[in-house]
Amino acid sequence: MSILPLSLDEVSFRAGDRALLDGISLTIESGPKTVILGANGAGKSLLLRICHGLLGPSGGKVRWAEGTTRQYERQAMVFQKPVMLRRSVAANVAYGLRLRKIEAGERARRVADALRRTGLTDFADQPARLLSGGEQQRLALARTWALEPEILFLDEPTANLDPGATRAVEEIVSGFHDSGAKIVMTTHDIGQARRLADEVIFLHRGRVAERAGADRFFAQPSTEEAAAYLRGDLLW
Amino acid sequence: MGQAFVLALQLIAALDAELLEIIARSFAVSLAAVAIAAAIGLPAGAALAVYRFPGRRAVIVLVNALMGLPPVFVGLLIYLFLSRAGPLGFLGLLFTPTAMIIAQAVLVTPIIVAICHRLTRDLYEEYRDQLCSFGARPHDAVRTILWDARVSLVTAVMAGFGRATAEVGAVLIVGGNIAGLTRVMTTTIALETSKGNLALALALGLILVLTAIGVNAVAMSLGGVSAYRRG
Amino acid sequence: MVRRLSVPVVAPVWAPVWALVWALVWAGAPVQAPAHAQDRFITLASTTSTDNSGLFAEILPRFQAQSGIAVRVVAVGTGQAIRLAERGDADVLLVHHKPSEEKFVADGFGLERHDVMYNDFVVVGPAADPAGIKGMVRAREAFAKIARGRHLFVSRGDNSGTHRAEQSIWRASGSDPAAGRGKWFREAGAGMGAALNTASGMNAYILTDRGTWTSFSNKGSFAVLVEGDPALFNQYGVIVVSPERHPHVKADAANLFVAWLTGAAGQAAIAAFRKRGRQLFTPNAKPSTGN
Repeated sequence: MSILPLSLDEVSFRAGDRALLDGISLTIESGPKTVILGANGAGKSLLLRICHGLLGPSGGKVRWAEGTTRQYERQAMVFQKPVMLRRSVAANVAYGLRLRKIEAGERARRVADALRRTGLTDFADQPARLLSGGEQQRLALARTWALEPEILFLDEPTANLDPGATRAVEEIVSGFHDSGAKIVMTTHDIGQARRLADEVIFLHRGRVAERAGADRFFAQPSTEEAAAYLRGDLLW
Repeated sequence: MGQAFVLALQLIAALDAELLEIIARSFAVSLAAVAIAAAIGLPAGAALAVYRFPGRRAVIVLVNALMGLPPVFVGLLIYLFLSRAGPLGFLGLLFTPTAMIIAQAVLVTPIIVAICHRLTRDLYEEYRDQLCSFGARPHDAVRTILWDARVSLVTAVMAGFGRATAEVGAVLIVGGNIAGLTRVMTTTIALETSKGNLALALALGLILVLTAIGVNAVAMSLGGVSAYRRG
Repeated sequence: MVRRLSVPVVAPVWAPVWALVWALVWAGAPVQAPAHAQDRFITLASTTSTDNSGLFAEILPRFQAQSGIAVRVVAVGTGQAIRLAERGDADVLLVHHKPSEEKFVADGFGLERHDVMYNDFVVVGPAADPAGIKGMVRAREAFAKIARGRHLFVSRGDNSGTHRAEQSIWRASGSDPAAGRGKWFREAGAGMGAALNTASGMNAYILTDRGTWTSFSNKGSFAVLVEGDPALFNQYGVIVVSPERHPHVKADAANLFVAWLTGAAGQAAIAAFRKRGRQLFTPNAKPSTGN
């Protein structure tokens, strides 16, 4: 049984008097790559953290199809600035597997596979902290790859990367999708959204302004805010 | 001062057997005390950084206050426990190196807890979301940040070692400064001072300083190598 | 040891851990070793004045060679030494304040008290002698003169045997030094040697036992000013801690030690002990008391 779909019911998040997220109701099904698009400060990252369970909502409910006490075991997240554990590249990948008590043989197999998929095999014994930014983000993806999650959240994974590294990350993300994992990714890069998205959730000032298939969204956005964002207008 | 320096060099050069024995005993006692303190203090410090529980702030304040425990007070406390008339008197540990190890461990543990807490707190701040996302539970997080902070934690252990080798009040009371059994560098310095052998006392002090510098240099260079290797 | 040292080179990260483990093992060794090599030892609570003079370092090895019993000396002030013995933390007591020693025995903490040896106290101070006490015969008169002139005086202030001797001289002098406390009357609260350092630093008068004074190396411009008064007599006594009060006390070994110390061999060893060419203690055990 799958933990998907994930449903959010009237989710809000407040910091003091300000509502950073307000009245968000969404159902995220398995299948299409979902891109959450929006300007900086629209609440994309916050929404992703609430979905993943790192933060609890101030109001509303987050529900998985299959309630599980160990919610993290079947999902994973890649952060904008990946945290590299102070150990080797291979040990970084093995870390999450150890927590899940995956036995040594299987662990070695998955580590090798994840490193190969992300092109990091040659770096296996290097200290993770000495990798370049792009390599670190690939390692972050390798770590999640090894965990074989049903759903993968990515929070602006290429925001700090150059085009070459961005391309490598996007290819790996597509590989995730092809292997059957559900992708939910935030970005403020319209080009990246065009390249990757099957469907778009457009977030504006803490609310879902529009949700549509990628083709339709980019061809004919139904809200003025989305249209303005796609034109490159400043929305604030 | 110059006379003391010459004397210190002469003592080192002569490899005086009694002096070497005293230095070795100082190291053995302090290393054992620091090992015990680290075994308790490092997990405790990291746990303070990870776990959230009522009274946590109070514990942190207390630990920081205990860093400044007067050695004489600790010595007296341990003495009362280990004395034949005290609750642990039956162990017969008073005036033995073991008693000195216990006293130093009590002195050093709060230091290691406090420094370890400060060092791991920042690291955990950085790691928290990532570890949480991996599904790490608090005790997993404690182990992870201890391992990942290992290079900087050498500082905490060295600070503890410095305190242990430098203190005199506690070991004097519980060790008794018995020649050949519980006489260490600091108690020898106190003894020679009271005999009026100021130059000899100063020379011993210089040797203590030199060994401290040596130990720290070794620890630093190991930390440096490790930092380079592990990034 | 050399083999162990190669470990850090191989795995630098593990070096501190290794060092600690190694230290634990190694530190444990001397702790356990005496259980075999030196299982015959007694703990002697004594005074800094005797220990600092070097007497014990000289005579105890002779006793050990003869008996196989090691004597571990804990040197503190007489007051603290008696308290240690009362709590059962020593097997034998060797101090120098007869009234306290007799009370210790009377209270049931110790067996018989034996005289061992004596030396004397001396009043020392700056050779320039601002109070003008040099050559005075009576210590109490010298003290009275110091008090009248409000000249600096360092008191032990630590309940030691010397401190008590000092207090009885002050009582006999008819002056009350407490009035000058913090002004000319300075209480060091320290051992004999430390107090001598203090007095030397302040150019103050001080009462000291002759043993510590003779072996003291930081004399500076200080000199002995008053000596020879019978009131300055300094008797040392030895007492075995009562095994009835503290069953763990090694009374047999302790009795052997006292018998040796007060017997011919011990007394001869005390008489033979010299520091800077001077005999520091005069043995005076009564032959009848040796058991």
